[in-house]
Amino acid sequence: MFSLESGSGFWNPLLWILVLVITFLLFYGIRGFGKSTYKKGTEQTKVFLSGNKETTPEEMHIKASNLYWGFTTSMKSLYSVLRKMHSGNTSDYILWFVLVLAVLFLILGVL
Amino acid sequence: MTFLEALLQHSPALVIATPLLSAFLLPLVGRINAKVRDVFALVMLGVTCCFVGLLASDVLSHGPRVYIFGAQNLNVPLVRILFEVDSMGIFMAIITVMLAVIAVIYSWSFLRREDGLDKYYTLLLLVVTSALGMELTGDIFNFFVFLEISCIASCALIAFWVAEGEALEAAFKYIVISSVGALFILFAIGIFYAQYNALNIATLAHLLQFTFLDKFALVILLVSLGMKAGLAPMHMWLPDTYGRAPPSIVLIIMSATLASFYGILRVVFTFYGNVLTTSLRFSLPAHVVIGWILIALAIVSILIGVIMALVQTDLLRLIGYVAVAEIGYMFLAIGASVASLGAPYATVALHGGILHIFNDAVDIGLLFLVAGAIYYVTKKRSLDDISGLARTMKFTTIFFMIGLLAVAGMPPLNGFTSKFLIYESVYQLNPILSIIALLGSILLLAIFVKVLYAAFLGSELPALKGVTEAPKSMLLAMGFLAGFAIFIGLFPNLLLDTLVKPAASALLDHAQYISMVVGGL
Repeated sequence: MFSLESGSGFWNPLLWILVLVITFLLFYGIRGFGKSTYKKGTEQTKVFLSGNKETTPEEMHIKASNLYWGFTTSMKSLYSVLRKMHSGNTSDYILWFVLVLAVLFLILGVL
Repeated sequence: MTFLEALLQHSPALVIATPLLSAFLLPLVGRINAKVRDVFALVMLGVTCCFVGLLASDVLSHGPRVYIFGAQNLNVPLVRILFEVDSMGIFMAIITVMLAVIAVIYSWSFLRREDGLDKYYTLLLLVVTSALGMELTGDIFNFFVFLEISCIASCALIAFWVAEGEALEAAFKYIVISSVGALFILFAIGIFYAQYNALNIATLAHLLQFTFLDKFALVILLVSLGMKAGLAPMHMWLPDTYGRAPPSIVLIIMSATLASFYGILRVVFTFYGNVLTTSLRFSLPAHVVIGWILIALAIVSILIGVIMALVQTDLLRLIGYVAVAEIGYMFLAIGASVASLGAPYATVALHGGILHIFNDAVDIGLLFLVAGAIYYVTKKRSLDDISGLARTMKFTTIFFMIGLLAVAGMPPLNGFTSKFLIYESVYQLNPILSIIALLGSILLLAIFVKVLYAAFLGSELPALKGVTEAPKSMLLAMGFLAGFAIFIGLFPNLLLDTLVKPAASALLDHAQYISMVVGGL
């Protein structure tokens, strides 16, 4: 009932949960070795920013459009092609439909 | 004949008649009271659910059902429409009614302050009727008629927020794309009718010779239904539409989109089932060529979907692109199954593909509802304008995380079960396909980690100080879908053995589908 067979392997969600629970207990145990004597609201709990002044949380929040900047910048050329493809123009959408139709006609026509 | 037997006998008709008649009764009921109207819509969908359940129990235990509207005598030409309900059709019908019920519960709070809800519920029930019709009919022209009903009703629903110019633009795009697709499908139907003088799917499947014109019709059907299903590179309408329609409506449009995907399954496995092993030039079997065409389009869908989703800041549009990628996974499984027809892993791929239809409906549906809840409380669409919502929207955050992990195919949620079957079977066809599919899933996780960080974590923005949790009916609708995601993830065999495997067998055993009509009624 729990084991999903794929013909070449199997998947058992209960086994996975068991592994997760054991891992959690293990890490919880390791955490217990840590010091609990720190003082809240002192320098001990403040973020260290290499001596720079900590800004307000609002200013520190990174916006969604800035996330994965490295990935999008390195893939700039691909994105410029994809952005051109997604023009928002309905005529272009139909053009893609006609193009795929033509290519498939050609493949099945030749074969 | 007892009352229950009579209901069972006419259940294929009642599944369609109940939402259809309710749709036209609803404006009258709405005159009594808005609450009565809302409850009426839910109750009538509940009744439809019961008929679907009744029909499902019959089909799953006794095999496909044929229901005749019109002349019972086969010698009288054309004066009838046949419904042929098999395990695949009923599987899709279950998804459709499930999404509809959840959409109505969600709408109670989500659209509480909106005008024109009589028309909204009428159109919603019409889309449900059309999707159910597409899934249960055994007649290709009837399929086209239901497709047209779906296009028109969906278009009106997309434009529900008519005050927003973008909603009208999205509706315009949808109707243009849908009409073009539907016209081409009508053209393909004309080709079949001209050659074989028949419109019944089983009869046509029996007569099909795979002539040049049949190949022509196959391409038209694959591309037109593929466009309606959101297959790249004809997917551009999907993020535009899903991004602008009310999220409760997206659930309903999704059921119509999945019905188009079902159309492709029916075309490939049932319509062309008899001729799939035909040898083309260079001794290439037809199923290999068709399978690899589907795989190529699937890979394009997965890659374009995830790459474009990564840079979106509009949450609804982002989920729209993810939906394109998810459609790609379904096509990948189906393509692999067709390309390797006869191999043991072909059936596993088909199981994965069919299970993924259900999982896609649950996971993408859940994410749209979460996005709707965020829009409801903040009135903001852009991820750049929201932050720290986990502080005030605890349940919504939990539901989002369930949706996130499920869509990314993380164990032990439902998305993993179907993707596990897809990866394993596709790997045996070609390991590179499996690697691309896995890469897509990793990028999906990255996309939603971005959303999790931007929308739910981080500091609370001053503009969002007064934000509260979403209303109860919206939480209930999200809770249902999240519950499904966990339950299917923990007990995958329950759905697989009960619904998915019979649906796959129904598709692969096209001879049985044909013999139900051609072998005599």
